[in-house]
Amino acid sequence: MGTRECKHICDESSPAIGEAGETGEWRSLMPVIHNNKCIPAKQKKPSCFICWLYCPDAVIKKTIPIQINLEYCKGCGICMQVCPAKAINMV
Amino acid sequence: MKVNAVNLTEIEYSLPGNRTCPGCALALAYRHILKALDGQVIVTVPASCLTVLHGMYPITSVNVPCVNTPFASTGASATGLVAGLRATGRKGLTVLAIAGDGGTHDIGIQSLSGAAERQEDFIYICYDNEGYMNTGNQRSGSTPLGAITGTTPILGKRQNPKDIAAIMEAHCLPYIATANASYPLDLYEKVKKAKGIKGTRFIHVFTPCAPGWQFSYSDTIKIGQLAVETGLVVLYEVEDGIFRLTSASESLARKGNLKPIREYLAEQGRFKDISEEQVAKLQDWVNTRWQCYLERASNLQPSTDTI
Amino acid sequence: MARKSREADIRLLDGNQAAAEGARLSRVQVIAAYPITPQTPLTEELSEFVEKGDLKAEYIAVESEHSAMTVCTSASLVGARTFTATSAHGLAYMHEMLHWVAGARLPVVLACVNRAIGAPWNILNDQQDSISQRDTGWIQIYARNNQEILDSIIQAYKIAESVYVPVMVCFDGYVLSHTEMPVDVPSQEDVDRFLPPYKPHTLLDPTNPKNYNLVTLADPRNNAEGVLCHGYMELRYLLQEALQNAAETIIKVGQEFHELFGRNYANMFWEDNLDDADIVTVAMGSLAMEAKVAVSMLREEGHKVGILGLRIFRPFPKATLVKALAKARLIVVFDKNISYGSEGATCSEIKSALYGSQAKAAIRNFIVGLGGRDVKARELADAVKASLTSLKPGALNIEYPEWICYI
Repeated sequence: MGTRECKHICDESSPAIGEAGETGEWRSLMPVIHNNKCIPAKQKKPSCFICWLYCPDAVIKKTIPIQINLEYCKGCGICMQVCPAKAINMV
Repeated sequence: MKVNAVNLTEIEYSLPGNRTCPGCALALAYRHILKALDGQVIVTVPASCLTVLHGMYPITSVNVPCVNTPFASTGASATGLVAGLRATGRKGLTVLAIAGDGGTHDIGIQSLSGAAERQEDFIYICYDNEGYMNTGNQRSGSTPLGAITGTTPILGKRQNPKDIAAIMEAHCLPYIATANASYPLDLYEKVKKAKGIKGTRFIHVFTPCAPGWQFSYSDTIKIGQLAVETGLVVLYEVEDGIFRLTSASESLARKGNLKPIREYLAEQGRFKDISEEQVAKLQDWVNTRWQCYLERASNLQPSTDTI
Repeated sequence: MARKSREADIRLLDGNQAAAEGARLSRVQVIAAYPITPQTPLTEELSEFVEKGDLKAEYIAVESEHSAMTVCTSASLVGARTFTATSAHGLAYMHEMLHWVAGARLPVVLACVNRAIGAPWNILNDQQDSISQRDTGWIQIYARNNQEILDSIIQAYKIAESVYVPVMVCFDGYVLSHTEMPVDVPSQEDVDRFLPPYKPHTLLDPTNPKNYNLVTLADPRNNAEGVLCHGYMELRYLLQEALQNAAETIIKVGQEFHELFGRNYANMFWEDNLDDADIVTVAMGSLAMEAKVAVSMLREEGHKVGILGLRIFRPFPKATLVKALAKARLIVVFDKNISYGSEGATCSEIKSALYGSQAKAAIRNFIVGLGGRDVKARELADAVKASLTSLKPGALNIEYPEWICYI
């Protein structure tokens, strides 16, 4: 099966999530949020969201409670470091 | 209303699952740069870590139109995009050139300087990880004194870095700013402000690199903050020639003392062999520059002593 | 196509002016150029057109030739018709970008005002500069006079924008660039009829974002929909394929040009006195015109000599050339360039084309005119005669070229 079917005459790339595969497989540790400490979870309203702000890979969602997409989370631990309520552990 | 983590848009232009290292400050900075431009942008990128972030043919991890360009040519590539858009009657798009310190301070400085002198209408962002990180950390014109890199493996870098923001100031640009991935809201606001200004706008963004600088990748934000707290990185903007300190540098100028540079150096493996003489030289350099900034700042009285 | 709309407009133009007129009539939209002798008046002419309002284009006075080609690349990606011009060291300076433009399949047109390359410094004419770029994937046209310069630039856009391969129109510095000749300047109306607006294959639109010229690996890779896309090698294969197929487009465009403007370019080379010739001289650009004079001299002395003036160097017209050289028993190739360590580029190409064909000709190669060394028709004629006397049966090929110089 040849590659002409793609109809490209030059290097033209299209956007998609997961370009580098399931980058969640890169990680050694995984973030866990403790909702009893997490500010938006406790207040039950949009607030803080500092973890979302600082995530380099945009895998955190500003939902209540906060959701982290573990398929693409690289386990960098920045969210744990920046959380003002110390509500995140890396396990 | 001032932007914060709650009201900042949830739209992501930089998509999850890209090839950056865990804890990459560039990835963080890029997220917010694109948010500030509402994705109404054509990006041009030279050879750099950002090229790798963008992915590999035929898939890209970024949801904005983008043009890759050879290493030396970023300023010219942006010029071509601006000229082409104007010639074909397209309006409303920002042209964003975004290059690393290699593509800005060194191999790319000529085309950047040429474009800036012509006052071409685009935003140029230099993300500075203080070395040629994409090729495994070789010294660049922005590598700090005493840093071990692949090409300064034993003696460490023997010179201070060039001050690219000062070089760009010499081009009489309408807007020049320094920013830092550890202060994403400050970065966001600066990019947003730049968006509304015509002419060549230059922003220098400090982006610590965990594998290159040898610190734990969860510490990226902390390292960036320490850089500001020690005065090594100063957050400011120059708008129509008027100099203002911003964000944490402004607070520091008003009420704090600079932390000793040692605190910053101690956190990074690349400074493990730095000599006492080099530390003293570096501290002097930081102090002198800090004094200059304090005197220049139009938005505060020169107040604090350094250590 | 209808015949042109009005009578000829003959003006006295030098080569640089002819090139500038060609670009103006082609309605180029973005021009980026850096001055270098002997191209400088060309850039100045264009900037005057733009500042006077005779040409509605963006003129970018870039700070280097590398940037000039980069500006053209990005502007072309966004959909603008682009033009640049340079010589010698300027062309060398943009070498990296020449590869880039071809690989990106962008229809940029460049006028190369042929000049010698240092070291040592020399601002006068030879063809080493553009010949050095023959591997980059650009179509190369060599003009023999100022009319051809103007006509070739207009055709270059039509060719480039049909096959999505960049085109270099080369003409000899000083010999053509600074020499005035009568040139029939087509009307804008006729050129508009001949040359439609540029239709880019690239799209830079935030509502449908694409990323151009990202990293590739050795092997092909699936896209997000699971379709197998090209590897680097396949993308490069397509460039070669486009160049191989470009000959057809070049002829077709040349024929269309003939029908509208009355000058015939439906060929990859021109010929004179070839029908009964058993000795054929080959050269490119204005050098071929000098060789034509030499041919007349030799004819007067009773030799059956003809001239084959190569117009298109890339893609190299192997098949048609073999046919044209079939009856020759001696081919004398004059090169105003040399691939150091080997021989003149035209000679190499001809030998490669003839290999395996029925041709029985001996080949001789003469390096002439480097660094602006004056080429005299008499010297070329003498070179042909010397080749004749040196012919030995069974020794068709020569290892290295001869030079016409004072060494």
